[in-house]
Amino acid sequence: MLSYTIKRLLSSIPVLIGLILIVSFMIRAIPGNPARMILGQLATEEAVATLTKQLGLDQPWYLQFFQYLGNLLTGDLGVSLRTKSPISEEIWPFLAATAELAFCAMLIAIVIGVNAGIISAWFQNSWFDYIAMILALIGVSMPIFWLGLMEQWVFAIKLDWLPTSGRENVRDPIESMTNFYIIDTLLQGDFEQLWVVVKHLILPSVALATIPMAIIARITRSTMLEVMKSDFIRTARAKGLRMFWVVYKHSLKNAIIPVLTIIGLQTGLLLGGAILTETIFSWPGIGRYIYEAINYRDYPVIQSGILIIALVFVTINLIVDLLYAAIDPRIKYD
Amino acid sequence: MRQRKGIWAVVFLLVLSLALVGCAKDKAGNDAKEPKDNDDGKSTEETASGGQLVFGRGGDSTSLDPATTTEGEAFKVTQNLYETLINFGPQDTEIHPGLATEWEQSEDGLKHTLKLREGVKFHDGTDFNADAVVFNFERWKSGTGEEFPYYSSQFGDRIAEVKAVDEYTVEFTLTAPIAPFYKNLAMSPFGIASPAAVEQHGENFFKNPVGTGPFKFKEWKENDRITIVKNEEYWQEGLPKLDEVIFRVIPENSARLNALMSGEVDLIDGVNFSDKETIDGNPDLQVFERPSLNIGYLGLTSTRKPLDNKLVRQALNYAVNKQALIDAFYAGAAEPAINPMPPVVAGYNPDVKDYDYNPAKAKELLAEAGYPDGFEMELWAMPVPRPYMPEGQKVAEALQNMFAEIGVKAEIVTYEWGTYLDKAANGEADTFLLGWTGDNGDADNFLYVLLDEDSIGSNNYSYYKNAEVHELLLKAQASPDQAEREELYKQAQVIIKDDAPWIPLVHSTPLLAGRSDISNFLPHPTGSDLLSSVEYTK
Repeated sequence: MLSYTIKRLLSSIPVLIGLILIVSFMIRAIPGNPARMILGQLATEEAVATLTKQLGLDQPWYLQFFQYLGNLLTGDLGVSLRTKSPISEEIWPFLAATAELAFCAMLIAIVIGVNAGIISAWFQNSWFDYIAMILALIGVSMPIFWLGLMEQWVFAIKLDWLPTSGRENVRDPIESMTNFYIIDTLLQGDFEQLWVVVKHLILPSVALATIPMAIIARITRSTMLEVMKSDFIRTARAKGLRMFWVVYKHSLKNAIIPVLTIIGLQTGLLLGGAILTETIFSWPGIGRYIYEAINYRDYPVIQSGILIIALVFVTINLIVDLLYAAIDPRIKYD
Repeated sequence: MRQRKGIWAVVFLLVLSLALVGCAKDKAGNDAKEPKDNDDGKSTEETASGGQLVFGRGGDSTSLDPATTTEGEAFKVTQNLYETLINFGPQDTEIHPGLATEWEQSEDGLKHTLKLREGVKFHDGTDFNADAVVFNFERWKSGTGEEFPYYSSQFGDRIAEVKAVDEYTVEFTLTAPIAPFYKNLAMSPFGIASPAAVEQHGENFFKNPVGTGPFKFKEWKENDRITIVKNEEYWQEGLPKLDEVIFRVIPENSARLNALMSGEVDLIDGVNFSDKETIDGNPDLQVFERPSLNIGYLGLTSTRKPLDNKLVRQALNYAVNKQALIDAFYAGAAEPAINPMPPVVAGYNPDVKDYDYNPAKAKELLAEAGYPDGFEMELWAMPVPRPYMPEGQKVAEALQNMFAEIGVKAEIVTYEWGTYLDKAANGEADTFLLGWTGDNGDADNFLYVLLDEDSIGSNNYSYYKNAEVHELLLKAQASPDQAEREELYKQAQVIIKDDAPWIPLVHSTPLLAGRSDISNFLPHPTGSDLLSSVEYTK
C-alpha cells in the first residue's frame, strides 16, 4: 500500500507540470498583446509597455515558465490586476466558500444517491426502483437555474423556512477565522450561528447536489445489479446471510469502484462548476471569483484560479485512486 | 467485533443528529422570522436613529476610490462616503451647493472661484479645506487616463492650475472653457478624499476610503458585501438617518427579488420590468422609479458593408416598431427614443421627427440602395441585463423578426460581456445592442461621448464620423453660453438623425423595489443614490 501510494504520488508530478505549463501559456494564447487587451484601446504606449513588463511578457517563454514555476513553489500566485492584492491571500475565502458548499452537496449526493441506487438494485422493478430512477432521470436533466429559483420561491418565500441566498445573516455577520463557517461557528461554540450557517447551506447544496446525486444513483444501481447477479452473492445468500449484509457489505464492496470514480469526477466538477449555483444563491465562491476576473480581464487571477481548480481536481483523483487500492487489494500499481 | 463498533457508530450518529434536530426545532420558530422581526423592532423603537438597511444589487464595486473607476456599482457606495464640491439635485442634474457653498466664473469662462464649506471634517478627523481640494486635483491631474479615467475624459488637460487662495477658497484656471464644468464637479468620481488617508494608504487607498460623506467605511468582503456606518460627526444636522448600510451582491435579478420578498434585504435595484406587477400586488413592498437618463440603442457600424450606406441604415430604422418592444420587454416603463439622448437633457431637439414604423418605406429605401432582396448581417445581443436593455437576447429576437419583414436576414450573435465590448469597440459587429446611462445630465455626455469621431475606439462603437457634427460638438463643448450650446446640440441631432448611425430604441425608467416602510429614498437619475435621508417610517 505504501509503495503504491508513493508511486501514485510520483506519477502525478508530470501531470502537475503539464498542467502548469498549459495554464501558464494560456495568457500567451490570447491573440494580440494581452497588455493592450487589459488596458483597452485608449491606453498609452508607455502604459502598455509597463504592463507587458509587469506581466513578464517581454521575456523568452522558458524564462517566463520557470519564473512562474518558481513563484508557485514559494506559494506566490501573482498579484491581481484589479485589486492589486496577492492572489494567494485573496483567493482563500472564495475557495473555502466553494469547498464548504461542495462538501455539503457531495455529502447529500453520496448519502442519498448511493442508498437510492442500492435500494433500487435490491428491489429491482419495484415501485421504489421506478420512482427513484424517474427522479434520477429528471435530476440529471434538471436546469439548475430554474431549480434554484423554485427552491427559493417555495422554501424561503412561501414557507419561510430557509434564507434565499448568501452564507450568513449579513445583519449579524460571523467573525470568521478559517473562512469555513461551519468550523468557525463550531470553534466558537456558537450553535445559534451554526444553525444560521447550516440553513444558508441547505438550498444551494441541494441544488448543487441534484445532478451528481442522480448520476451516482444510476451508476450505483447498474453496478450493483451486475454484482448481485454474480456467483459469490448467490453463495452468500445460500449460506443464510441476512439480505441486508449481502447487499450493503458483500455487494457494495464489489460495486463501489465505478461509483467511487464517478464521485471523484463529480466532486472535481462541482468545485469548478458551481458557478451557476453560486450565482443564483449569491454564494461568494471561486466560480464567481474567476468569472468576475474574466469580465475584468484580470489575467493573473484567471490563470491562478484555473490552476487551483485543476490542482484540486488532480488531488481528488489521487485520493480516489488511493481509495481504490484500499478497498480492492487486487488493484496495485505496476 | 468489528461489526459491533460499526453499529455503535451509527447509533451515536443517530443520537447526535436527533439532538441537533431537536436544538434546531427549538429555534426554528424564532429564527426563520428573525431578520424581519429584528428589523421591525429596531425601526419602531428608534425611529430617530435609523437601523440597518441592506441594499441588494447586481455586482460588486471595483474600487472605493471613485476617481479610479467608471463602474456604476462603485459609485453607488462612494456617493455615500465622499462628497463633491457641487451636488446634483435630489432627483435631477441641476447644480446645488455641496462642499462648495458658492462659486463664480470669469467672463471668458477660464477662471472659476469656489468658496468652501467651513467646519467639515474627513472621517479620519482631518480638516476639509482648500489645500485638500488642491491635493485631490493635483493627484488626479498627475495620474494617467487609466488611473483616473473620468478625470481624463471630463477635464482632460484643460485644468491648468488649482490654487488655494485662502483656507476656504479655491481657484481653478482653465486652458479652454469647459461648458459643463460645474456639472462635472458634481459627478461621483470627483468626491474629495482625505489627503492624509491617501498618503497613508497609497496604492491601497481604494480599499480604505476616507471622505467627508454621511457614512464611514467599515468592511468590504469582496463579491459579497460592503458595510458602511453612520458618520456621527457629519456636518449636516440630523443626517444620516440610518445607522448602517450593507450593500450586498446578489447577481441574479430574480434571486434578488426573492431575497427582498423573504426579508433578507430591504431595498434592491435592477428589478425586472416583468416583476413590477408582482411587487405592486404585495402590500409589504413598494416600487421606486429611477428618473430616466439613459438610452438603449441598436448600433449600426457605419464602416461595415452594407451599413456604410446611409439608405440602408435609414431603411433599418424604418423597420423597427419601438412601441412593440416597449410593450413586450419594458412593461410600458419606457418611452421610444428619437434622439441619442433623453428629453430631460438640456439641448434635446423636440423637433426632430422619428423614422416611423413603416416596412414598405424601408423596402423602398433598400431597393434604392441596391438591395431589393435584402441582405444578411450579424445582430449582436447583449449577454447581460441592463436597465436600458433588460433582455438583450429577446429584444434581439424581436428585432430579427422585424428585419425579416423587410428581407434582411439577421443572425443573432453573442459573446461574454468583456469580449462583446472589446470586439464592438474594434468595429467587429455589424449591428449591436448597447446603451448608456448619463453621468452628469449634459448633452456633451451623450453626443460627444457616444457619437463624436474622437470617441471611436472607446464609446463610439458604431464608428460614426461626420465632420460637421464633430465641429458642432467641439464648439458646444467650449462655449460658456448655455443658450448657444443648446442650439448647437439641436443642430447636431438633426444631422445625426439623418445619418442614422443607430436605431435609438428606448429611454427606460429603471425600477427598484424596497420594503413598504422605507421613506425618503430618492433614486437619482445617474444611478448614484445618496442614502443619507433614507429612514424607516412607523
